[in-house]
Amino acid sequence: MTSLLPWIALLLPLASMFVILLATRSLRTLSAFISVAAVLGSFVCSCLIFFQQTSAAAAICWIDLAPLFSVPLGLTLDPLSRSMLFMVTGVGAVIHIYSLGYMSADAGKSRYFAGLSLFMFAMLGIVLANNFVMMFIFWELVGVSSYLLIGHWFERPAAAEAAKKAFITNRIGDFGFMLGILMVWTGTGSLVFTEIAAGMAKLTAHPSYLTAAALLVFCGAVGKSAQFPLHVWLPDAMEGPTPVSALIHAATMVAAGVYMLVRVGFLIDASSGALHVIAWIGTITAVLAALMATQQNDIKRILAYSTLSQLGYMVMAVGLASGQAAMFHLFTHAAFKALLFLGAGSIIYMLHHEQDIWRMGGLAKRLPITFLTFLVGTLALIGFPGFSGFFSKDAILALAYERSLPIFAFAAFTALLTAFYMTRLVVVAFFGDARSPHAARGAESPIVMTLPLILLSVPAAIGGFGFFARNFLSLPNETKPVVAVPVIALLALLIGVVSALLLYRNRTTEPVEIELFRNRFYFDELYTALIKSTQGLLAAIAAFIDRWILDGAIVRGLSGGTWGSGFLLRLLQVGNLQAYGFLFGLGIIGLIYFTVFH
Amino acid sequence: MIAWTIYLTLAGALLALLLPRILARWVALVATAGGFGLGLAALFAQHTDFAHFTTIVRVPWVPALGMNYHLAADGISLTMTLVTGLTALAAVLFSWKVENRPNEFFFWLLLVVAGSYGVFLSADLFLFFVFYELVIVPKYFLIAIWGSTNKEYGAMKLTLYSFLGGALVFIGILVAYVTAGTLDLLQLTQFQFAPQLQAWAFPVLFLGFAVLGGIWPFHTWAPTGHVAAPTAGSMLLAGIVMKLGAYGALRVALNLFPLGFQMWSKWIAVLAVIGIVYAAAVALRQNDLKFVIGYSSVSHMGFVLLGLATANVLGVSGAVLQMFSHGVIGALLFALAGAVYYRTHTRNLNDLSLMGLSRTMPFITFAFVVASAASMGIPGFSGFAAEITILIGAWKTFPLAVGITGLGMVLVAAFTLRALKKSFFGDQTGGRVRQETRVPNGAATLAEKLGASLLICATLAVGLYPKLLLDRIMPAVETMRFLHR
Repeated sequence: MTSLLPWIALLLPLASMFVILLATRSLRTLSAFISVAAVLGSFVCSCLIFFQQTSAAAAICWIDLAPLFSVPLGLTLDPLSRSMLFMVTGVGAVIHIYSLGYMSADAGKSRYFAGLSLFMFAMLGIVLANNFVMMFIFWELVGVSSYLLIGHWFERPAAAEAAKKAFITNRIGDFGFMLGILMVWTGTGSLVFTEIAAGMAKLTAHPSYLTAAALLVFCGAVGKSAQFPLHVWLPDAMEGPTPVSALIHAATMVAAGVYMLVRVGFLIDASSGALHVIAWIGTITAVLAALMATQQNDIKRILAYSTLSQLGYMVMAVGLASGQAAMFHLFTHAAFKALLFLGAGSIIYMLHHEQDIWRMGGLAKRLPITFLTFLVGTLALIGFPGFSGFFSKDAILALAYERSLPIFAFAAFTALLTAFYMTRLVVVAFFGDARSPHAARGAESPIVMTLPLILLSVPAAIGGFGFFARNFLSLPNETKPVVAVPVIALLALLIGVVSALLLYRNRTTEPVEIELFRNRFYFDELYTALIKSTQGLLAAIAAFIDRWILDGAIVRGLSGGTWGSGFLLRLLQVGNLQAYGFLFGLGIIGLIYFTVFH
Repeated sequence: MIAWTIYLTLAGALLALLLPRILARWVALVATAGGFGLGLAALFAQHTDFAHFTTIVRVPWVPALGMNYHLAADGISLTMTLVTGLTALAAVLFSWKVENRPNEFFFWLLLVVAGSYGVFLSADLFLFFVFYELVIVPKYFLIAIWGSTNKEYGAMKLTLYSFLGGALVFIGILVAYVTAGTLDLLQLTQFQFAPQLQAWAFPVLFLGFAVLGGIWPFHTWAPTGHVAAPTAGSMLLAGIVMKLGAYGALRVALNLFPLGFQMWSKWIAVLAVIGIVYAAAVALRQNDLKFVIGYSSVSHMGFVLLGLATANVLGVSGAVLQMFSHGVIGALLFALAGAVYYRTHTRNLNDLSLMGLSRTMPFITFAFVVASAASMGIPGFSGFAAEITILIGAWKTFPLAVGITGLGMVLVAAFTLRALKKSFFGDQTGGRVRQETRVPNGAATLAEKLGASLLICATLAVGLYPKLLLDRIMPAVETMRFLHR
C-alpha cells in the first residue's frame, strides 16, 4: 500500500521552517507555535504509520543519469525506520514543547524554532532515506542545522567557535563516509540499500575492498556519533541552548550514526575486520568518555561525556554484530538522556544560567519535580534493576561476554564509572546546602517545562520491560542467559554508587583532582597543535607561494624583465648625432668582420 | 531566437551610451532581463535538439578565408547563456546606485555580456575568437575606472593574462585552420588531426583557455582582478568570464584534439586538484573578504577542470553544471561583499568583525549565510549537485584525486565559516557594539533584494532538482567525441 503519510511527516517541519523564515519571523510566539504544531503533526503521522504498519511510500526520481547513475527519492518503511520515526518525532515533540518555556524570553526565538524545524526535517530524512545519496544529503543537512543551533547565541565567542568546530569535525567524518559510499557504489553498482543488500556477493568476493568500504562508511558514524578520535566536538556543542543539547546532541542526531550503521548492517556484518575495529572504537570511546566525565564540574558537560560513553556502548554493540542490541540501547538512551538534559535545563533556567554543580546544592527540596524525574533518568542511565537502561545495557554486556571478554571487562568498568559520576552529580547538585545565592533562591520551573520531564520519565522508567520494548523493536534474543553478567553489572553499579556516596557526601569542593581526566586527556590541545601545524602550515605555505613566488618572483619577474630590457634599450637612445654615427660605424665594422672572416 | 541575446545586449549597450544618464540603468535592466528571458525560453522550449550543436544562423563573412558568421547552440551553450543572463541581470541590479559616469559603466558592462553570449553561441572559430577578445577590453575599463584597491594593477594584470591566454588560443586556432582548412567548428570536430600534432597543439590551446578558467598556477590574476573590480565587475568575472575559459576548453580544445587530450588529461587532473586544495588553503589566510571569495572561485573552478579531465559523461556533465552553479554562487557572494563594502567602506575581516553587521544588515546577512552554505556544498544547493556529480565521475578515473579533493572540501568549510563569522558575526556581544562603528544605512535596497533573491532561487532550483539542467547538458555531452567509452 502506497501511502503519503511518511512524506507528510517528513515535509511538515520543512514547511514550518519556510513559513517562519518568510512570514512570521517578526512574530516570535506565533513562529514557536507553528514549529510545535508541525512537529506534533509529524508525530501524529508517525503514530499512524507505526500502528498501521505502513510499509511503502511514493518515490520520485531525483538525479537520473540512467544507466550510469540514478538517485531515487524513496522512503523506506520497515520496523527499524518505523520505530525510529516514532521515537524521533515523539522526543522531538516533547522537546519542542519544553523549548516554549526555556526559550520564551529569547530575542532569536523565531530563528531558534526555524532551526529546530530544519533539524526535524533533516533527521526524519535520515531515518526514512532508502538510499545512500539521500541519506548523505540529509546527513549534511543535519550538520547544518546542528551548526546553526549550537551557534544560536553567536554573540558568545565560545558558542560560535563550538559551532564551527562541530561542523568541521563532522566534515572530516563525512568525507570518509562519501568515499565509502562511492566504494560501495563502484562495487555493487547501486546506491539503494535493498539493491546493495541483494548484490553483496559482488563485495564479499573482495574482502579487503569490503573492509575498506565498511570502515569508510563507519567514518561517517565516527563523526556524527562523536566516536574517538572525532569525539571532541560534542562536549563543546553544549554551548547551544539546553533543549538543543537534549534533542540533537543526546537523543537523536548523535544516534543517527548508530542508526546508519544498523541500517547498513548487512554491509558492516560482512566484514569481520571492520567489525573488530568498530567494536574497539566503541569500547575506547565508552571508557575514555566515562573517565573524563568523572572530573567535570559543568552539569551539561558531565551529561555530554556520559552521552559519548553511552554512544560508545551502542557502537560497541554494532561492532559485536548485534544491531538490535544497539538499537535497544539507542531507544532507552534517547528517553533517559533527553530527560536528564531537560532536567539540567530546568535547573539552569531557574538558577539564572548557573551550570557549575559546585555552585548548586540542596536543589532536591527546591525543585522537587525536576529532582524526582532527574533521579529516574539517573537510575535508568546507571542501569538500576527495573529501569530501562538496566535491560538495554545488560543486553550489550551479555553480548560482549559472549563474544569478547576484554571488551566485556571494559564495558563493565564503564558501567562502574557511569554509576560513580552520576551519583557524584546527583549528590553534589541536589543534596547538601545551597552553595550560591541563586541556588538558595531557586524554585520549580513552569509547567510547560516540567510536563515534558514527567512525560519522558515514563519511557525512561519502564521502557526496558518486554511488553513495552517488544512493541517497538524485536528484542535481542538472549540465547543463553548468563547469570554472571547481571551479577557483575550489579556489582559494578554498587561499587560505583557507594564509592561516590562516600566520597562526595557533604562536600563543598572537589576532594580528588585528576588533571588528566579534567583536561580530557589533552585531546583538544593535541588537535589544536595538530591543526596549527598542518592546516595552518599548509595555508601559510600556499599563501607564501602565491604571494612571493607565483605573483612575486615569476609574474613580477617577467614584468620586471620586460621593464628592465626596455630600460637598457632606452640607454641607446642618447639623441646625439656623433654617438649614433659611432654606433653605426661600429655596426658596419662588426658586419664586415663577420662576413669576411667567418 | 537565442541569437537575439547578442543583438539585444549590443543594442542596449549603444542605447545606454547615448541616452540621458538616468535612463542608462533602465536600459541595462531591460537588456539584461530580455537576455535572461530569452535564455530561459530557449532552454526550456519544447522540441529543442539539446544533443547536437545545431546551427541557428550562418552567413558568409570573409569568404576568401572561410570565415562565417555562424551561430549554433546545444544544451551546454544554452545552459551557459542562461547563467550569463542571470548573472548579468543580477549585476545590473547590484549596480543600481552607480553614480560615476553611469552611461559608460553600463555600456562596458553590456559589452562584456554581449561578448560572452557570442562566445557561448559561436560555431566559427574566428568569430569565437573575436567575441572572446571582445570581452577583455571592456573588462579593463570596468576595473580601471570603477574599481577599487590597487585597481590599475589589477586591471592590467587581468588584461595581460587574458591576452597571454588569447595569444596561445590564437596559435591553437591557427594550427587548426592551417591543418584542416576550415574554421567551422562543426566540421573541425569531425576532422582527424595527426596524433603528433595533437600532442603539442592540445596543451597550447587548452592552456590558453585554462588561464581564463583560473587553472593553477596561472590563477593569480583572478583574486587580484576580483578585488580590484567594482561589484558588478567581480560578479561578471566570477559568473561569466571564468566560465568562458572553461567553456572554450571544453568546446574547442577537447573536441578538436581528443587524442592530445587523452595524453594530457592526467596532468589536467593534477593541476585541478592542486588548485582546489591550494586555493582553499590560501583563502584561509586572507583578511580581505573579496580575496577570500576570489580564492574560493579558483578552488571551485578547480572542480570544473577536474570534471573535464575525467573524460566521462558524469564528470563532464558535472563540470558544466558546476560552471552554472559557481556562476550563480560566486556572483552572489561578490554581490553581497560589494553591498557590505558600499556601506562600510571596508572589506577587512578584522574591521568588519567589530561592527556586528548581522544586526544592522539582516537581509544581507541572511543572503550571505545562504550563499556560504551553497558555496560549502550543502545539499539542496546547486554546488552540492555539481560537485558530487564531478566526484562520482572522477572516482572512476582518478580515485586518488577524489581523496585529496576531500581535504579541499574540509578547507572550504573552514575558510567559509571563518569569513562568515568574522564578517557578520564578529567577536562583539550585543551590548558592546561601539556606536561609531554602527552602520547607519544597513537595510538592503529593493534592487539588491531582487538581485540576491534571483540568484538564491536559481541555486536552490538547480540544487533541489538538478535534472532541470542535467537533462539538457547530458545529451550534448554524450555526443562529444573525446569521451572514454
